[in-house]
Amino acid sequence: MQSNITYRLDETSNRFPNKEGYIDENQKLTFGEVQTKALNLASILVEKKYFKMPIAIYMEKSVDVIVSFFASAYSGNFYSPIDVTMPEARINKIMEILQPKVIISKRELKDSLVNFAGEAEIIFIDDIDMEKRNYTNVYQQRDKTCDTDLLYVLFTSGSTGIPKGVTICHRSVIDYIDCIQDIFGFTEKDSIGNQAPFYFDNSILDIYISMKTGATMYIIPSNVFTWPIPLLQYLDEKEITTIFWVPSAMTAVAKLGALKKVDLRKSLKRILFCGEVMSNKILNIWRKYIPDAVYANLYGPTEITDACTYYIVNRQFADDEHLPIGKAMDNTDILVLNNDNKPVKTGEIGELCVRGTSLSMGYYKSPEKTKEVFVQNPLNNEYPERIYRTGDLAKYNEYGELIYLGRKDFQIKHMGHRIELGEIEMAVSSLSGISVNCCLYDDKRNKIVLFLEDKIELEEVKKRLETLVPEYMLPGRVVYVEHMPLNANGKIDRVKLKELI
Amino acid sequence: MEELMRILKEVKPGLEFEGRTDLATSHDLDSFDIISLVSELNDQLDIDIPVEEIVAENFDSVEAIQKLIESCE
Repeated sequence: MQSNITYRLDETSNRFPNKEGYIDENQKLTFGEVQTKALNLASILVEKKYFKMPIAIYMEKSVDVIVSFFASAYSGNFYSPIDVTMPEARINKIMEILQPKVIISKRELKDSLVNFAGEAEIIFIDDIDMEKRNYTNVYQQRDKTCDTDLLYVLFTSGSTGIPKGVTICHRSVIDYIDCIQDIFGFTEKDSIGNQAPFYFDNSILDIYISMKTGATMYIIPSNVFTWPIPLLQYLDEKEITTIFWVPSAMTAVAKLGALKKVDLRKSLKRILFCGEVMSNKILNIWRKYIPDAVYANLYGPTEITDACTYYIVNRQFADDEHLPIGKAMDNTDILVLNNDNKPVKTGEIGELCVRGTSLSMGYYKSPEKTKEVFVQNPLNNEYPERIYRTGDLAKYNEYGELIYLGRKDFQIKHMGHRIELGEIEMAVSSLSGISVNCCLYDDKRNKIVLFLEDKIELEEVKKRLETLVPEYMLPGRVVYVEHMPLNANGKIDRVKLKELI
Repeated sequence: MEELMRILKEVKPGLEFEGRTDLATSHDLDSFDIISLVSELNDQLDIDIPVEEIVAENFDSVEAIQKLIESCE
């Protein structure tokens, strides 16, 4: 039985040692090379006696990040990718929670590391060669891992302003990737065009389906992503068969009319999306130009590895219809519970809850937050069994398909990122000269709207917030109100504010 | 030009546009900004920017964007 995900890299690199595995703008590594480089890096971690330790990976998105992930897994440690474009204040918050023993980085980032590395040992991937060695020590250490040991920790936005570290073990990813493989049938002939940043859970599918099947993963350069025609030409040139993108990335291409200019019908056969609600209008444009591809709407928060439901689009949807999120993946069970914790009837709205092996082990170093959402299955009084309460609302339609209906709380999805509006509000309230503030989301214009009683220009707010929150969390509009409207409980009346948008 | 500056400031407040020649290549205008900018230009100036023209060199400076607008009028 496979207990560590890297057994799959061993198998794939034995089957396809010289096949291109992972490709970025500057580097192409075969599966054999990826394995050797990861093992060489893992050897260093084993020599230094690091085992079951958090390892921060701090470098720009590249093949070397993937090599570092695999090295961490080979050595029985767990990784956490840290985005280099993130403001220092947020990196510091993450580092405070993670307390990594090791940071794997690149020499060119040496200067910025000084600001948050603390006591952590820094290993530069530039120093890792490709010479094959004896890896007995690494394999011995790997054999000590269980499938319930952590593979990674991904940090997501937290409502109190403190990011939450979602822990995921080897078993969760092994099972998730098996489900994806059963549904979509990838082979070594596939090429995947990766969009998702590596700190975002959608990248798990891209990275690990390639590892399992020998499909080639192309990291699409970010400058290509900005320009619709060059982006589609890139997909065409590399003969990309599969994309798994956030709907906003697909929207740009469709809205600007690029699909009618570049014919992708020959190679592109799977178009998967997840992370936010897909507009049927945009989906229909894609389906018009690439009619024979399989389109699938996936759903799932980071706490359930990546996705836990899927819907393969099999009919035309009008603009005002809900595109289903479909049904549970194998080895996963979805419970939609009403306020009395009973399963809902068809058409009744409830909270979407999940059980299965893809569930996170909980939030890193945060037992309180873990207890709030990872709870005993209310339908099982006989023995301990965990479910995850997603905070998402859902119902079943007449065909028995799951429909996503938004959030119970103040969490939003903006440009594919999951954001707690409370985290932005906390950051705004830490700025001097601002008394009260409230954030809402304008889903028509896809903008975060900040309500203030103090007259401060949007430009200035953004400038001052830039050092506290990532760019995607910056407000897109400021609205002044003389006095924040309050509801009966004395809380800011968000319904009234929403009317002002 | 004035109208363009107004739209630019609306799409990307806080960014210094004048004198720049690398607005797009430096990623100061990212893919989401470009979509918003193109839709605003199309709507507000009643033009239709062809998708083939949506490439970095046409968005790297205010002058380049202005030239692009004029070619679409």
